[in-house]
Amino acid sequence: MSAREIDTLDAAFLQRMRVLRGDFPALRQEVNGKPLAFLDSAASSQRAQPVIDAMAHYEGFDHANVHRGVHTLSQRATDSYEGAREKVRAFINARSTREVIFTSGTTESINLVAASFPGAPIAAGDEILITHLEHHANIVPWQLLCQRTGAVLKVAPVQDDGSVIADDVINMMSERTKMLAISAVSNALGTILPLEDIVPAARERNILVLVDGAQAVPHSVVDVQALDVDFFAFSAHKMTGPTGVGVLYGRESVLEAMPPWQGGGDMIEEVRLEGTTFNALPYKFEAGTPNIAGVVGLGAAVDYMTSIGLENVSRYEAYLLAYLERRLDECGDIRIIGRAPNKASVTSFLMDDVHPHDLGTIVDQFGVAVRTGHHCAMPIMNRLEVPGTARASLAFYNNEADIDALIDALESVRKLFK
Amino acid sequence: MTEADLLTLYREQVLGHAKSPFGRGEPESFDISAKGQNPLCGDSLTVFINENEDGEITVSFEGTGCAISVASASMMTEMISKLPRANVQALIDRVVTMLHDDPQSPVDKDLQSTPVAALSGVRTYPSRIKCAELAWQAVAAALAGESTTTTETNG
Repeated sequence: MSAREIDTLDAAFLQRMRVLRGDFPALRQEVNGKPLAFLDSAASSQRAQPVIDAMAHYEGFDHANVHRGVHTLSQRATDSYEGAREKVRAFINARSTREVIFTSGTTESINLVAASFPGAPIAAGDEILITHLEHHANIVPWQLLCQRTGAVLKVAPVQDDGSVIADDVINMMSERTKMLAISAVSNALGTILPLEDIVPAARERNILVLVDGAQAVPHSVVDVQALDVDFFAFSAHKMTGPTGVGVLYGRESVLEAMPPWQGGGDMIEEVRLEGTTFNALPYKFEAGTPNIAGVVGLGAAVDYMTSIGLENVSRYEAYLLAYLERRLDECGDIRIIGRAPNKASVTSFLMDDVHPHDLGTIVDQFGVAVRTGHHCAMPIMNRLEVPGTARASLAFYNNEADIDALIDALESVRKLFK
Repeated sequence: MTEADLLTLYREQVLGHAKSPFGRGEPESFDISAKGQNPLCGDSLTVFINENEDGEITVSFEGTGCAISVASASMMTEMISKLPRANVQALIDRVVTMLHDDPQSPVDKDLQSTPVAALSGVRTYPSRIKCAELAWQAVAAALAGESTTTTETNG
């Protein structure tokens, strides 16, 4: 979206987006005597009231174990749990609920794929391809796989401005590449990766594709069929839902070719001491009693985000991001780390010689919550030669006043350190 | 919250040490060394220790860190300068205990007139205590024969 388009967002649209803030009780409080300006949604978003209500209702009235009992509460719990699966299916446009596996979050989703690698076992010399800007959750599981198997981790480069060029990734694909594991959006820099150019090249070469979508789902429409990926992992807590629950979408034919990950109840068809047959998808990958309340909360978060419309979220956040980066640029002493042309509403920055950790502590005294450090993405921090950054990340419930509060608080940092 | 409250953490002495730290730089030679890391915030300080023929320890440091960790390292090089080796660990323990103390309690009387007393403000900022500890823990690690230490376990 160009600056001109952003400036002409109509007043009625802005008003419609601004009232959504009222759905978040946490944002009504003061912190250190100042109205909370929560600019850390890329770490974890605040929870919407409808999510809180849905989980409280489940915990208070509908709880029992799922898939087991004949009694009414067990049926209700199962209906809520499986109802959420259908909501998620529609949310990401999966073909079937068999392709929607509930996990504890993005990290577990990726670990599941790395541990139960589909098809022929990974052999020494096979390659896993990632990029330099991945979150640790999309690096370490593959390093562990490589250690186990002798496979090699290949890393596609990132430009100085934080952008990823499709050809740079494509050129690293080889006959030995078994998996491309890549973010949709960088959590540290906000870069939106050109998956639409990269994924078809991987598909042509029969390379499996896993997308870490943790930072994509809160900001934009996700369509796993249009993306044509084999796996798409995300977490509820980045999209107004609870922690401890997430999703692994998997292409059905690929999931069928994978061995179970964890053994236990629910994932079996028949257990005999001589051997066990496994349940059908998606249950094959859901051993044990799941996080039912979390899944109910995820379903409510999907309903909530859908009711707003992710297109509207993208449009409003682009407007807020432009405002944030303009205000930071006006400061004169702020260096924005990550200037990719295509960005989600995440801005990493540094103020001259002030260490981000000091900056974070000081702005917190003014009610402003930013993340500081390496954002679980140490390789890209090293690549850009920064020890870490301060990061302001925006959600649709933020407004210009939150950004103004940050800019004002930065003035206090300046006073103290200069 | 006013800027006066912030000044309990960022006291003038602390900012002074952070801006122009003492004892910064790798010496031409040293007896032992250890790297202290705080992975969550990216602080990384290496300490260098020399022991003279009288068994006295002198410390210097190098690395990057926030104002609190650099100030603390600077104060440490002042306090551990020609200090008998046998007394170093006791001083480290005293400083670490002070940093973790209840914010309301008075600073250990043996530390009151030392530079590190100015860091007592971190006690009201739990997430920053590990910054203040970093250099001290690195020296403790070096003396214990370890080459690295961390004041953070996650990240």
